[in-house]
Amino acid sequence: MATVLERPDASPTPSSATDVPLLKRPRSLDGFWGWLTTVDHKRIGILYGGTSLIFFLLGGFEALLIRTQLAQPDNHLLSADAYNQVFTMHGTTMIFLVVMPLSAAFFNYLTPLMIGARDVAFPRLNALSYWIFLMGGLFLYSSFLLGGAPDGGWFGYAPNTSITFSPGHNIDFWVFGLQILGIASTVGAVNLITTVLNLRAPGMTLMRMPIFVWMTLVANFLLLFAMPVITVALFLLMFDRQFGANFFNPGMGGDPVLWQHLFWLFGHPEVYILILPAMGIVSEILPVFSRKPLFGYPVMVFSGIAIGFMGWGVWAHHMFAVGLGPVAVSAFSISTMFIAVPTGVKIFNWIGTMWGGSLRFRTPMLFAIGFIAMFTIGGLSGVTHSISPHDRQQTDTYYIVAHFHYVLFGGSMFGLMGGFYYWWPKVFGYMLSEKIGRWHFWTWLIGFNLAFAPMHWMGLQGMPRRIYTYPKDLGLSLPNLVSTIGAFTIAVSTLIFITNIVTSHRKKTPAPNDPWDARTLEWTIPSPTPHYNFAEVPIVHSVDDFWHRKYTEDENGRLVALPKPPTEASTGGLSDTEESGHGIHLPSPSFYPLIVAVGFPIIAYSMIYKIYPVAVIGGLVMLAGFYGWTLEPSAEPEPEHHAVEEPAELVAAAAVPALEAGNEPAAEPPAEEGGDQ
Amino acid sequence: MSPRNTRPRKGAFFLLLTLVALVASGCARGKLPQDTLSPVGPEAIKLDHLFKPVFAVAVVVFVLVNTLIITCIVRFRAKSDDDAPVQVHGNAKLEIGWTVVPAAILLVIGVFTVFSVLDVNKRASGSDVLTVKVVGHQWWWEYDYPDLGITTANELHIPTGRMVQLEMTSADVIHSFWPPKLAGKLDVVPGRVNYMKLSATEPGDFSGQCAEYCGLSHANMRLRVIADSPSDFDAWVANQQKPSVPPTGDATVDDAVAGSELFVARGCSGCHTINGLAGAAGKVGPNLTHLQTRSHFAGAIFPLDEKSLRRWLRDPPGMKPMNPDNGQGMPNLGLSEADITKLIAYLETLK
Repeated sequence: MATVLERPDASPTPSSATDVPLLKRPRSLDGFWGWLTTVDHKRIGILYGGTSLIFFLLGGFEALLIRTQLAQPDNHLLSADAYNQVFTMHGTTMIFLVVMPLSAAFFNYLTPLMIGARDVAFPRLNALSYWIFLMGGLFLYSSFLLGGAPDGGWFGYAPNTSITFSPGHNIDFWVFGLQILGIASTVGAVNLITTVLNLRAPGMTLMRMPIFVWMTLVANFLLLFAMPVITVALFLLMFDRQFGANFFNPGMGGDPVLWQHLFWLFGHPEVYILILPAMGIVSEILPVFSRKPLFGYPVMVFSGIAIGFMGWGVWAHHMFAVGLGPVAVSAFSISTMFIAVPTGVKIFNWIGTMWGGSLRFRTPMLFAIGFIAMFTIGGLSGVTHSISPHDRQQTDTYYIVAHFHYVLFGGSMFGLMGGFYYWWPKVFGYMLSEKIGRWHFWTWLIGFNLAFAPMHWMGLQGMPRRIYTYPKDLGLSLPNLVSTIGAFTIAVSTLIFITNIVTSHRKKTPAPNDPWDARTLEWTIPSPTPHYNFAEVPIVHSVDDFWHRKYTEDENGRLVALPKPPTEASTGGLSDTEESGHGIHLPSPSFYPLIVAVGFPIIAYSMIYKIYPVAVIGGLVMLAGFYGWTLEPSAEPEPEHHAVEEPAELVAAAAVPALEAGNEPAAEPPAEEGGDQ
Repeated sequence: MSPRNTRPRKGAFFLLLTLVALVASGCARGKLPQDTLSPVGPEAIKLDHLFKPVFAVAVVVFVLVNTLIITCIVRFRAKSDDDAPVQVHGNAKLEIGWTVVPAAILLVIGVFTVFSVLDVNKRASGSDVLTVKVVGHQWWWEYDYPDLGITTANELHIPTGRMVQLEMTSADVIHSFWPPKLAGKLDVVPGRVNYMKLSATEPGDFSGQCAEYCGLSHANMRLRVIADSPSDFDAWVANQQKPSVPPTGDATVDDAVAGSELFVARGCSGCHTINGLAGAAGKVGPNLTHLQTRSHFAGAIFPLDEKSLRRWLRDPPGMKPMNPDNGQGMPNLGLSEADITKLIAYLETLK
């Protein structure tokens, strides 16, 4: 239980922030400092979303540079060196600084709301995860100003990334930047898994969880196990580069192929980390806009879990041209083929959800349908990679570039965009424009296909990836030009999206609690979400609980609206919740997560430039942060203690982390006694 | 909030426009030099026979899925906000069906794939097999014919009708040897040897390039495989086996003679071998003994002519991105125009 783990007053020494005032506890929830010290999962979600959208613009700008360079053969807009930096940073940005944190934005904001909780299990860890992510991103991008960005590709294959072949600091920024980002992801994964497993509202069994929460759970388990693998790989590479170790140096008995195994053992689960959240979002949107339940909810859950498991057994399909030998190649071909089965099940179940429904083509639905169509293309080209002998024609060509953009853009980005339109009213309290939204969708769809469909052709016609230029003789000037036009169409589409945000923000068409006639708990509460989420912790009776409060079925299975209950106000009426919300005790803001996070880039810079005393300073900053954190209660006691006055339902809801009123397991020993000296 | 707030015609129009653009870009097809879809070598043809049926299955599934999606969009459009569709929660039979049927299709594909994997990985055997050692370098290819005593670069000559066994490794980072019309790519990994079969049934000049990102000039690491008829191949071998004959005469009059002296004096010989020229035994760069028998140089990217050679000798890293300060590629030797003229005159004798 969260409060126990986080709470220092379980220690023998009675303490509060007043005893050890490293820093005065921030009080204000508003303004600049309010955002800087927030531990509210909703604000952290918004910070994640906003930051990753800015990185999306940066990564998109890099994509435009790439496509402008390749618009015609023998182009010299970018030097080879600049191009290599740009394509490396495009991939690294889009994966680590865009799709992962965008998914984290949805995890953070929605998971507590969808399971009927008031916050995540560890609110300050949540803040820590965001700040470390931000530091990692800024650190990585600072390389552009400090002599050159990473240029070894997002995959950083040894021995090209060794000090022998890449003597500059470029790769160092990548090695340390990704380690920092990995810590952020791991911290976030621990937090979200604990939240989902421990903080569900009464009655919400695992098989009553919204499918998005299920996919969040699976994706975070993947993160939890995948991030250590890349961390080990990066750690070894760091030792090779910083301290003259030889893990990947064949000249000294090291093995560059070891790097590939480690990288892809992380890298393939990573693909599912990137796509499962979007699958979850689409699985929420489709039922709402079809007025039908998700087709085969249990099958959707188990196929998600199956993908999560099987995702660990397919990594070597990235290495079919490495020369692994027939046994390994056959085994990984077969496993790769069969991971298509649960994925295919999902696609057919989504269609089954729409089939026979009453489809409303609002913007979220457009993106969700776009997801199914585009992701199917990516999935099918994936199956063509699994025939490993022919993969030796496909791999490292634009055919692969086409494939994974159909998965990560046609899949993840379509799903996440649908999620933006769908939950925007809940988050900000106003609707995004449907009209501009449709423009956004159609330009997005067309631009995407113009940019990436020709790449299938380019790859099969022999154009390798990661080349800064190509000769006219290759005969691929026209498809390259079309692709570039597509990339700029996507840029225009992104501007349309930004326009939508700006104009909708000005107009502020107020959003009702439940603008889409939706199914899950977050739509029972006001828009925007109040600070405390739920005035009363909901009791859950079924999957899609909110829907079943509104509708039932007749004997033929047809939808029948229930009369609106007179007490509807209690689940969302403002006056009532304001009153109820008054007694709810939430975690207090804290400086310490930010302070701890600041230590990481300080250490990384000092390691890169080999000024080790500065690393000690960075370590001390982190230590100070941890010290203050440990001695600070997760929630400040309020002047008048509320525990006894709190409504019975609230006390009963062990789900709520901030409720300090003695509901921790009695057997839990204080932390000091539990540990060995 | 009207349920009819999208116009399907408009959407269809845009989709059509996209399709037209895609087809237009696809029509750029001629006989492109690195086309994997029209393979020529038997090894590549085998791969193609695996790919095309699987691709066809994929297209069928794509059409099926999209037909279903479009049917949903057309048939099940909301009529009013109060529609009361039947609440179907799932269908076990259907779901088992679309689990088992794709699995069965994949199983069939899997069987063919495994047989193909075994075949591709089998090494060539027999007395007729020609062995060539391939070594990847940043950013050019070295080919050694151990049984014939030949070392050459970038342009690989093979005889038609004979199986060629490539034994491949790298001198620095990982590269990938890929002649698309003849065979699928295979990485060259430092510290490992990979084996690849290569054969051609008809003479031809097949373009290819390095397919694994190998640093700065990865884009400029191209290659050619030249399939010669057996008699042409034998003639090529006979010529390659001869050492070069250094030009003789008065260095003040004959540029080629002066060039051969400069080749050693300016340090070219420290990196490049020229059989027959005393002191030229460097192993860092390509063997230049029969330079003029190649059509291109510097990673098979520049046509081998006087103009390109002159540009190259003026400033190699300016012509092809390289990093000679870190031992990656040829440095600018600061040669005078006169020296360049002499060196080219000598290089032109290397037939």
